[in-house]
Amino acid sequence: MPTPEPTNTDDVIELQGIRKAFGDFVAVDEANFSIPRGEFFAMLGPSGCGKTTTLKMIAGFEQPTSGRVLLEGVDVSRTPPYKRNVNTVFQQYALFPHMSVSQNVEFGPRSKRIDKATYEPRVREMLDVVRLGEFANRKPSQLSGGQQQRVALARALVNLPSALLLDEPLAALDLKLREAMQLELKRIQREVGITFVFVTHDQGEALTMSDRIAVMSQGRVEQIGTPEEIYHSPASLFVAGFIGSANLLPGEVTGFDAGDAIVKLASGGSVRTRVDAGHQVGDRVSVMLRPERLTAGTDQPDDGRSIAGTVTELIFQGATTRMELALSDGTNVVAQMTTDTEAPLTRPGSAVHVQWNPGAAYLINGWPSVAGATSTDVDDVEASL
Amino acid sequence: MPKQDVPRVRRPELVGLAALVGAGFLLTAIGARWISGPIAILALGLVFASIVWLIVTAVMGGPEARRRIAPYGLLKPGALWLALFYLAPLMTLLRLSLSTLPSRFAVDAQFDWNFGNYLDAFTDFGAQFQRAFLYAGIATVLTILIGYPLAYVIAFRGGKYRNLMLGLVVVPFFTSYLIRTIAWRSLLNDTGQVVQLLDAIKLSGLLESLGIMDNGRILQTPAAVIGGLTYNFLPFMILPIYVSLEKVDPGLVDAAQDLYSTSTAAFRKVVLPLSMPGVFAGTLLTFIPAAGDFVNALYLGNPSTTMIGNSIQDQFLVQNNVPLASAMSFVLMAIITVLVLVYSRFFGTEDLA
Repeated sequence: MPTPEPTNTDDVIELQGIRKAFGDFVAVDEANFSIPRGEFFAMLGPSGCGKTTTLKMIAGFEQPTSGRVLLEGVDVSRTPPYKRNVNTVFQQYALFPHMSVSQNVEFGPRSKRIDKATYEPRVREMLDVVRLGEFANRKPSQLSGGQQQRVALARALVNLPSALLLDEPLAALDLKLREAMQLELKRIQREVGITFVFVTHDQGEALTMSDRIAVMSQGRVEQIGTPEEIYHSPASLFVAGFIGSANLLPGEVTGFDAGDAIVKLASGGSVRTRVDAGHQVGDRVSVMLRPERLTAGTDQPDDGRSIAGTVTELIFQGATTRMELALSDGTNVVAQMTTDTEAPLTRPGSAVHVQWNPGAAYLINGWPSVAGATSTDVDDVEASL
Repeated sequence: MPKQDVPRVRRPELVGLAALVGAGFLLTAIGARWISGPIAILALGLVFASIVWLIVTAVMGGPEARRRIAPYGLLKPGALWLALFYLAPLMTLLRLSLSTLPSRFAVDAQFDWNFGNYLDAFTDFGAQFQRAFLYAGIATVLTILIGYPLAYVIAFRGGKYRNLMLGLVVVPFFTSYLIRTIAWRSLLNDTGQVVQLLDAIKLSGLLESLGIMDNGRILQTPAAVIGGLTYNFLPFMILPIYVSLEKVDPGLVDAAQDLYSTSTAAFRKVVLPLSMPGVFAGTLLTFIPAAGDFVNALYLGNPSTTMIGNSIQDQFLVQNNVPLASAMSFVLMAIITVLVLVYSRFFGTEDLA
């Protein structure tokens, strides 16, 4: 065995330049990241983005074309799954139908030839953690989807793996149960303190549960960060559009002032935006505005934090009101505002100035294919059906 | 339950059951010649009446009665068919097995509770019985050993060739059973290709010492009979095993490997137990007909490899000792039933039993 390079021992999993190609198709391209002990880590992206392939390379069901997978600092790139101390919760659970719940949970410890006296209390404890103590003698077919899911969790966790890998574990559940299981998973993770690596296409799920998220697209990791970082400071147009909804306004950097960038918009006018680094005067950029951070007014403030447009649609949604407006060049912008009966909103057709607080606008490289409001994520719509 | 329907027909399901059992019994009685002549015509009338009764009950009783009587109505054609063509001949056979031939050349046997036929069946044909079950047992084990790996490969590694491979398993069935068995005669012939090949590659000596070949021949040895049985019943083993393997989610193998099992252990602990219903069904489909088979022993064997099927055929059609042949048939059936019950007790799964 090659001597492990000195790595941060707090990192349970480390991917070094992982690449996986199936023929000409590159499923995962140069993934580099590490996951510290005890973290709830999500890999998020649309189907086909390489998140499941990455998970399979950590589990050992796929081997990287190049690059290394380190587990607890040891290179396991060529180690078969049964020798890796990680366990997987499969999308369809893959419970053994001919075994009872407790036999399913005992499967791992028995394969490792741990003696009965040692594993039996652990099996019972784990069934209690997932609240299935009374169901130990049932067959999987006698359980509901949510209960099967928890058996799969117990079956994996009883082995006290270095990391638990979850492949879209909630996708097979209906909406209500899915929301309940999100909190349940979070509770279980806190209780056992094991690193969870979670694959999902549902951005809401990832935001709710994760400590950190890796957003993936077409085999590449677009951004890794906390849910807040990813939401407020997306590193790319894809991330901005995939997580939540956003207005993306193309423009060009004309200068910098007091840490803000001044951007001349393609639709006309100049705005100030928050900027992180790496932008220069003349760059083609997009200004990202989250709909819920916009307010509407009739006067134009003189601070570069507003854009002018014409209201095209006003939709009352209870707590919030959705305003759609067109900029001078027709770009569609959406504002999601708190409903305010004291100040009656303008009607469709009236001119309006959409405004935001300092820090609400953020600068992203490149121009979007369609300027203005992004459509809601298709996967998200599908998942909620 | 709608109140107004209840008084019209009380317990419609009892009506259905009575009509079914009554008609079945009458048809059996007619078929077994317990009753004949005018009484038989009357009985046929009763069978017909029971069908009419069922229909009338269903029509008069309303939807509730129809729902409860439907299973009996649906069972009726199959049950009557079995009564007439299985139960009735069986009863006739039972009666014959307890009859005596008045003389060597008599055609009609006299029913006289002659249990001696059963004693004769055991004492005179014990060797044939033993051989039948031995050969059928070995052939069944061989079909499992050959068929299981084949079914496994088709189910898990077949990919797009799966249907083609299944087709190839079934293709020999387009030729008649008899023709296929007779074809083996010319293949296994003393001067045929198989023997010549074995001689050429010097394998005949080894096979001779294993008892598979006998004095340079394969044809007309026990090995040929067992081989013929194995060949002929192989598809009956492969298909049920394939069906049960095909239902096994390959994700379960991944899960087992994820839980620290090697692929061998994953097979032993997950795939094999889940495919046992297929092995069980295949064993029944192979062992039962193989134990009663006479074609393979007739064409591929010699006089000292005769199985009980051959003896029964001989007693029925050559010796004309119908009572003894009937008794032998019953004994064969009884032994098979007991063996199957014992087998299903030990290996049967709740899915199949």
